[in-house]
Amino acid sequence: MEILTTIFIQPFFDMAADPILFLQVIWEGFVTGILYSLIALGFVLIFKASGVFNFAQGIMVVFAALTLVGLHENGIPAYIALPITILVMYALAFSVERLVLRPLVNQPDIILFMATIGVTFFLIGFGEFIFGGEPKMMITEELLLPYGSITFFDDMLILQEIDIAASGIAALALIFLALFLGKTKIGIALRAVADDNQAALSVGVSLNTIWVLVWFISGIIALITGIMWGAKSDVSFALSIIAFKALPVLILGGFTSVQGAIVGGLIIGIGEKIGEFYWGDLVGGSIESWLAYMIALVFLLFRPQGLFGEKIIERV
Amino acid sequence: MESKFGDYLLSVDHISLSFGGVKALKDISFGIREKEVFAIIGPNGAGKTSMLNVINGFYHPQEGEITYKGVHRKQMKSHDAAVHGIARTFQNVALFKGMSTLDNIMTGRIIHMKRNLFWQAIYLGPARKEEMANREYVEDIIDFLEIQAIRRTPVGRLPYGLQKRVELGRALAMEPDLLLLDEPMAGMNIEEKQDMCRFVLDVNDQYGTTIALIEHDMSVVMDISDKVVVLDYGEKLAEGTPDEIRGNQTVIDAYLGVTTAN
Amino acid sequence: MLYREAGQFKTTYIRDQELFPVKQDRWGIFVIIGFSFIIVPLIANDYWLQAILIPFLIYSLSALGLNLLTGYAGQLSLGTGGFMAVGAYACYKLVTVFPETNVIILILISGLFSAGIGLIFGIPSLRIKGFYLAVATLAAQFFFEWLFGRVQWFYNYNNSGAIEVPVRNFFDIAVTGPTATTQARYMVVLCIVTVLALVAVNLVRGRIGRAWMAIRDMDIAAELIGIRPFPTKLIAFAISSYYAGVAGALFVFTYLGSAEVEVFDINMSFEILFMVIIGGLGSISGAFLGAAFIVLIPILITNLPLILGIPINSATVEHFNFMILGALIVLFLIFEPHGLAKIWSIVREKLRAWPFPY
Repeated sequence: MEILTTIFIQPFFDMAADPILFLQVIWEGFVTGILYSLIALGFVLIFKASGVFNFAQGIMVVFAALTLVGLHENGIPAYIALPITILVMYALAFSVERLVLRPLVNQPDIILFMATIGVTFFLIGFGEFIFGGEPKMMITEELLLPYGSITFFDDMLILQEIDIAASGIAALALIFLALFLGKTKIGIALRAVADDNQAALSVGVSLNTIWVLVWFISGIIALITGIMWGAKSDVSFALSIIAFKALPVLILGGFTSVQGAIVGGLIIGIGEKIGEFYWGDLVGGSIESWLAYMIALVFLLFRPQGLFGEKIIERV
Repeated sequence: MESKFGDYLLSVDHISLSFGGVKALKDISFGIREKEVFAIIGPNGAGKTSMLNVINGFYHPQEGEITYKGVHRKQMKSHDAAVHGIARTFQNVALFKGMSTLDNIMTGRIIHMKRNLFWQAIYLGPARKEEMANREYVEDIIDFLEIQAIRRTPVGRLPYGLQKRVELGRALAMEPDLLLLDEPMAGMNIEEKQDMCRFVLDVNDQYGTTIALIEHDMSVVMDISDKVVVLDYGEKLAEGTPDEIRGNQTVIDAYLGVTTAN
Repeated sequence: MLYREAGQFKTTYIRDQELFPVKQDRWGIFVIIGFSFIIVPLIANDYWLQAILIPFLIYSLSALGLNLLTGYAGQLSLGTGGFMAVGAYACYKLVTVFPETNVIILILISGLFSAGIGLIFGIPSLRIKGFYLAVATLAAQFFFEWLFGRVQWFYNYNNSGAIEVPVRNFFDIAVTGPTATTQARYMVVLCIVTVLALVAVNLVRGRIGRAWMAIRDMDIAAELIGIRPFPTKLIAFAISSYYAGVAGALFVFTYLGSAEVEVFDINMSFEILFMVIIGGLGSISGAFLGAAFIVLIPILITNLPLILGIPINSATVEHFNFMILGALIVLFLIFEPHGLAKIWSIVREKLRAWPFPY
């Protein structure tokens, strides 16, 4: 009986007893959730345009951040390092299209998925080989990002400025993306490809260009995520485990839905912070490492296509 | 002629099937007698394949009843249908691409194989005996369909006509009472069609299997089937012997007229 | 002796369904087995046994299990490391709770625990396919990594947080723990791997193997010919996890001697998957070839520069290992998705026809 109380009742009393703390936990979850959403977003873009389940999306986040910081460590100022990093992400998109996607075109999805696992391993090895494996500090100051904190309710609620900036930048990125997809010619071509590869080809959209483009956009999203994330902790491939969190987000939101990526990211981010803070200690702590997956797993059993995914009708 | 056929093996009563708002089948009823060759014809999108899908339990109709071997049910379950003797070939060949011809046909025997995991793991005694008995059955089918030479070939490498034949072999291996053939002659040249007709009639003769088939080639249908039902836009237009269908004005207007006009 | 099958006629289906219908193959496999059972323990030194052969055999076993699931039944799993951990910790608990019971039996029983766990994590395969399922199996990976690292009961409240393998005898010969000789441990691994490999071969050539492949190649058609997809997939999950579990137990008990849960991290899952891809999806011998390949790469990267006189530090070896593995995976998927086993069978076809290829 006592155990049941501790599990099912006590945590809610704790929440009610200190609402400001609860708010703080939600805020932390919200910020993490935004970053999950961004990773998931890069992923959804690639999946929609090329049908590739890009396992490397999480690693691209770390790789982008590592390139930026690594260049800066070698004496290149931030305002030059940033464009170079963007170029590197373009080179990556280009190489992936040329060396991986194009030779594997029309292969089963699962083969392409495994190929991106290969890309993941290659990027880890390559990144560490060039820039070294030890954790690095994100160059927050040089990028003109704020690093102080704002407090409310007599210092009870603390908001890091970088987190606020992260939310703002993420929102901006989303708006840009929406405009890009909806208003520009390339964006419309991209959506055409997402709907039907063959049909898009027949009206003169070049698949290869589109693929390079979506991988590049995903690379830039990865860079933004990497900077934000790096500012909160440090930059190393140990982060990649956290980046895997984007996968449950996708399951929750559905693989093809932009809204799904955002909502899913926030649910997972807030859910796991609350779970960790109010229930984690009951079972030994650090349940963040798997809670998201368990939520996704349960979800899969009841709504396999995700919150916003489309239901598939099978035919013979 | 009529004496060749037994009782109704399968009958469908007032079947309706819809996907969302689209009505694929509207109030369809017909019966298939034992040992009959039963053809379902109609233009594209008439609901022929949907009808087969309902019979072997892949689609579940919203309304109506299916009577199979005297048992009434709202719908078939695909696994039950298979175990109780409904086998099927597909419009677009649905073979197991990674396996050889022999293995593909052997999969049809799975419902007749009973040995448990333990015996399979050691592969001696009962499991091997069972395997061999079934292998012999399958070899008979391979002989019957004249595909001895491609026994060990992965089916992905076979030409389309042979793939269709292997698929028929897999269905036959299930020892079906009712065999559903979805456009068995589509995309074949004239010789392959003749072979396939021969196999269909031989199966009907030798094994006494009831056959329901969908086919677009009217000369084939009129030649080999005992009974024909015509569907159009999910509705039943007519039912009868090939001669009756040939003379039916509604059918000529809706369907046959188009082909004869060519 | 030429590799030729002319003149070897089969008069019964039993002979035709044999494992190695070609006489030369049959002799080849006998020689390999005889060699590894008799000659290897006599001539191999500790380095070869400990650093290469024992891990090679254990990885092969785990890859074999994953190949049954992924290569034959077509269900991708990224949780192999987790399932191996279940086997290892189950074995550790069993050995400490039942100190009198024969350790080899306990190793085989510990596989049953991971089989049960595999069954549970296979349940989502009822509703989902492909990479959705892969994500679901990642849940197993992260959950068990956490569970065995956090819940002290599993490692008997050791201060180190590691599980230490006690000395256990098999007919008065120590086979596990610090006093067991490398030869003894090698023989244990070899026996178990040989038996389980034989079982795997038998399973895939019989009814259940064909049912798996049918599900893999076209699940809808499989269902319509009377294969129940769900139990068939679940059996694949259970058997595959059994192999992973036994491999995990062997990994700690006969190879590492003591271990923390980190050895079964997600990279382990990936490595096993890579073995399956490089060796060949849907091939039993492929599991062995792939394991050999991946065990040997880091050894080559370490030793090759040494031989050439170029200094290389261990971190760089690690980085190169990752890069080469990643690149190889992509290359194999592009050029030979059926892996080394397929390359071997092409060589065999060529040999068969040699010297008259037409």
